[in-house]
Amino acid sequence: MKGVQFRDHEVVGDILDLAARYAAEGADELVFYDITASPEGRGVDRSWIARIGRLLDIPFCVAGGIRSVAEAEAVLAAGAEKISVNSPAIANPGLVDELARRFGSQCVVVGIDSQTRDGRYEVYQFTGDPTKTRSTARSTLDWVREVQERGAGEIVLNCMASDGVRRGYDIPQLQAVRAVCGVPLIASGGAGAPEHFAAVFREANVDGALAASVFHKGLIRIPDLKRQLLADGIAIRPPEGDAA
Amino acid sequence: MSFSAGTVALIDNGGANVASVVHALERLGVNAERTASPERIAAADRVILPGVGAAADAMARLQASGLDRLIPALTQPVLGICLGMQLLFAGSDEGNVACLALLHGQATRFPTGGLPVPHMGWNELRLRQPHALLAGLKDGDYAYFVHSYALPVSADTLATADYGGEFTAVAARGNFHGAQFHPERSARVGSLLLANFLRLPTGSR
Repeated sequence: MKGVQFRDHEVVGDILDLAARYAAEGADELVFYDITASPEGRGVDRSWIARIGRLLDIPFCVAGGIRSVAEAEAVLAAGAEKISVNSPAIANPGLVDELARRFGSQCVVVGIDSQTRDGRYEVYQFTGDPTKTRSTARSTLDWVREVQERGAGEIVLNCMASDGVRRGYDIPQLQAVRAVCGVPLIASGGAGAPEHFAAVFREANVDGALAASVFHKGLIRIPDLKRQLLADGIAIRPPEGDAA
Repeated sequence: MSFSAGTVALIDNGGANVASVVHALERLGVNAERTASPERIAAADRVILPGVGAAADAMARLQASGLDRLIPALTQPVLGICLGMQLLFAGSDEGNVACLALLHGQATRFPTGGLPVPHMGWNELRLRQPHALLAGLKDGDYAYFVHSYALPVSADTLATADYGGEFTAVAARGNFHGAQFHPERSARVGSLLLANFLRLPTGSR
């Protein structure tokens, strides 16, 4: 029941090819981030979502710039299973309640960018643009509790200090969040080797592990990763073509 | 892949996954008609009832359009997906609502034995009864689930999954069939189930 997920920062033309390839290779879910959407104050360009929806036979989530029920509805109607909100939820926490009430908690993912500051984990926003990134001065653990009460059905915790470094997920931080998180928790930031995935599943008991660059740069192939995780005793959907 | 699937009516009951099911059928080469028209549904060779949301709301919408009386009278193959499957059962504890009672059992909330609810993600199927709907599926195949209520195992159960306890993942009685998981998002396993449904004999129609 563990999942290997993937996020991408590429342009539209490549996204369709990549999405098809990752789905065929056995990714359990794809997450499409328009990380520039919030800092620039614009919404998601949705024309590609319907194309992805036609193409993919696995679940996918769209993140970036979803600030209203109407914007979320358009994304879901185009075929996305879930919408993920991050900066807009910080600016307007009631958005999480509205989305959960209208679409059900299972559709509502809250993304959280977090790192240590002044001896505690703090939530950051506008992380898509280094010049605009700033701490919100909110405690990450408090925010995790609050968004669950508001109806979040899944939390993606992006541990900023480990993101892009490929030295492994931030297991202590994920353990701390897991302890207060009763909905599915997805680890993000730091995957660099197959053993990092095994470690985060085993030690932080997360429900999914999200990675981008290792897949994108071809450093890890999803079928190889899944075979390794299965050999390590992690319950995960086998890659296509392997015996169940 | 090609079918002589005939016409497929996809009941548009206001759920968010209707487009996903349309796309999955298109990938199998079948153009389904999205409709809430009782005449179009009755005339179709096959009928699919998708559904996402709350059971009481969905039943209220079926009642408002008279489909709660039409669906039980259908004799062609019918497939309920996720909440659509739950509506084919006797009732749901979600909103304490009576459903269509074409399959045996009452949907109850997952026991919250520490596992996150909703049950959201890939889970293994256990095949319990041979059926044309399951042709080509293997014990241990994974399917994608999203639900907070579940059906107990009954004589109508064809396959189960386990999430803090065993529950019905696929069920059938006569021409009524249901999948608790989302075949439109369950990769090869989901395509197989949909293709099997499209191949079921339409009877004397």
